[in-house]
Amino acid sequence: MKTINKLLNNSIAFLLAIVMGYPLLYVVSTSLKPLNDYFTEPVKLFSALSLENYKYVIDMGFHVFFKNSLLITFFSVIVTVLLATMASYALVKLDFKFNKILSLLFIAGMMIPVHATLIPIFNLEKNIYIYNRLIGVALPLIAFSLPISIFIVSQFMRDIPNELVEAAKMDGASEYQTFWGIFFPLLKPAISTIVIYTGVKIWNEFIFSLVLLNDVEKYTIPLGLQQFYGEFSVNVPALLAAIFTATIPVISIFLILQDKFVKSLTGGAVKG
Amino acid sequence: MVGVNPRPKSLKGDYMKKFKNSKITLFIVFLLPTCLVFSTFILYPIFSTFINSFFDWSGLSANKTFIGLTNYINLFQDSSFKATLVNNLYVIITSVLFQIPLGLVLALVIVKNNVRNKLLSIIYFLPYLLSTMAVGLVWTLFYDPYFGVVNNALKWIGVENWQITWLADPKTALIAVLIVVVWFYAPFYMVILRAALVGVPKSLYEAADIDGASKTQQFFKITLPTIKPTLVTSSILSIVGSLKSFDIFYIMTNGGPGTSTELVGTYMYKQAFVNYKMGYASSIAFVMFLITLLVSVFVKTFNRRRGQA
Repeated sequence: MKTINKLLNNSIAFLLAIVMGYPLLYVVSTSLKPLNDYFTEPVKLFSALSLENYKYVIDMGFHVFFKNSLLITFFSVIVTVLLATMASYALVKLDFKFNKILSLLFIAGMMIPVHATLIPIFNLEKNIYIYNRLIGVALPLIAFSLPISIFIVSQFMRDIPNELVEAAKMDGASEYQTFWGIFFPLLKPAISTIVIYTGVKIWNEFIFSLVLLNDVEKYTIPLGLQQFYGEFSVNVPALLAAIFTATIPVISIFLILQDKFVKSLTGGAVKG
Repeated sequence: MVGVNPRPKSLKGDYMKKFKNSKITLFIVFLLPTCLVFSTFILYPIFSTFINSFFDWSGLSANKTFIGLTNYINLFQDSSFKATLVNNLYVIITSVLFQIPLGLVLALVIVKNNVRNKLLSIIYFLPYLLSTMAVGLVWTLFYDPYFGVVNNALKWIGVENWQITWLADPKTALIAVLIVVVWFYAPFYMVILRAALVGVPKSLYEAADIDGASKTQQFFKITLPTIKPTLVTSSILSIVGSLKSFDIFYIMTNGGPGTSTELVGTYMYKQAFVNYKMGYASSIAFVMFLITLLVSVFVKTFNRRRGQA
């Protein structure tokens, strides 16, 4: 009975591993097939091992999309961290009159579907000349990253004892010194959570880039992939090489920081 | 020099210090930037969407004609819009009925801490690392009638007459995309539910073992009731998430064939940025906002009441 159970458990585990893992395996395997091999053997795994598709992807200028995505992600994540930590400090540790209302408003921001904001953002950006610029994509992404980030940091901030503020003030520290000198270093775990969470979200983001970018040389990776697909839908192996290239950064960070990564991607959402 | 005229200097220093530490300055430094970004890219757009929904407006020119509730009246007579609501409902139902159970099965498989499960949890989590664009494109290739993995697999197991053009057939397109959505988001629920499973006290199972309860009984009498709050949270997350779905549908079928996979989000996008009916699209966007808001508020009050009981 016990061995049967074990066998059953192992077969289910294996079957699920195929279902969940096969597509990525297929991406890697097919990206290593020269186009001719793909036409003769479209499904067979690792029937050829060649890096020519990767060379082709670089020749086609995929690194431009890579650079754009990197710029947007870095900028958005840094600004989100700064704004979210400072705002949380004000909301939790400084007593402003509107703190309660503002907190509620920011939390409500988590529920807003981006679609309800697309048209006005599109028109606004045309009017202030940031349409079709990387900064124009970064700004709304920052805005939509702020609510969840403020939520995560505020919760963390509440657990930091108020005595720390009072002690610092007794020593004559200003609010700025208290924030940068005492709070910011203590917030490290919360900051790493929002860096991973918003970083991955923004790296993979699609709809704002779709609406707010027009020139191919401004495209982010997801738009670039779509462009590749439209242009060479025949050259599947090259497309998959591009897809895998785009995924390498996320997979590497995942493998290095596994537990932290998983907690970040889900932790924020659970509490919301 | 220092001792000669200390007073004005220190006064100036005091003044600066007072200014720097005044409430207004603190507010400007710590909160104002966030408030500005938030109101420019979230509050103002929502408000503006609401206003635009009362206008006939192409978005290409500044010409706007006030038409009152006409957009909303048209919207509720628009059969395509009705189709999008029904499809969105399907997304919600599938998410709750399949995504979460698949997540639970995955979580149950890897719940014990050992080397095998460590490796499995990496594999099971992989889909969630891909971008929606990558997922959409890869699965579009999978469903390709000739080179696709799906039809080749069907041929291999000998049911060749099941080979169809999955995404081009209105009868199968929605199911085909929903399978992808379930596959993509299941790892997310796996992680949440695994954390809940680990939290079930071991003593409960030990006591049940002594009483001679079978594993199946233990699962339904101990495991499920204990993780019920997490199952409820997961359902809420997946309902709210489903209301906003867009990417994978847009990429794989763009709402087609016909309106068979059209969602509120994809329909709104089409009306605004393909057909240039921005006034009409604004009314769709605002209805979408209202539905999400209503569901969220309903869920919050429902949750609170449950918490008090």
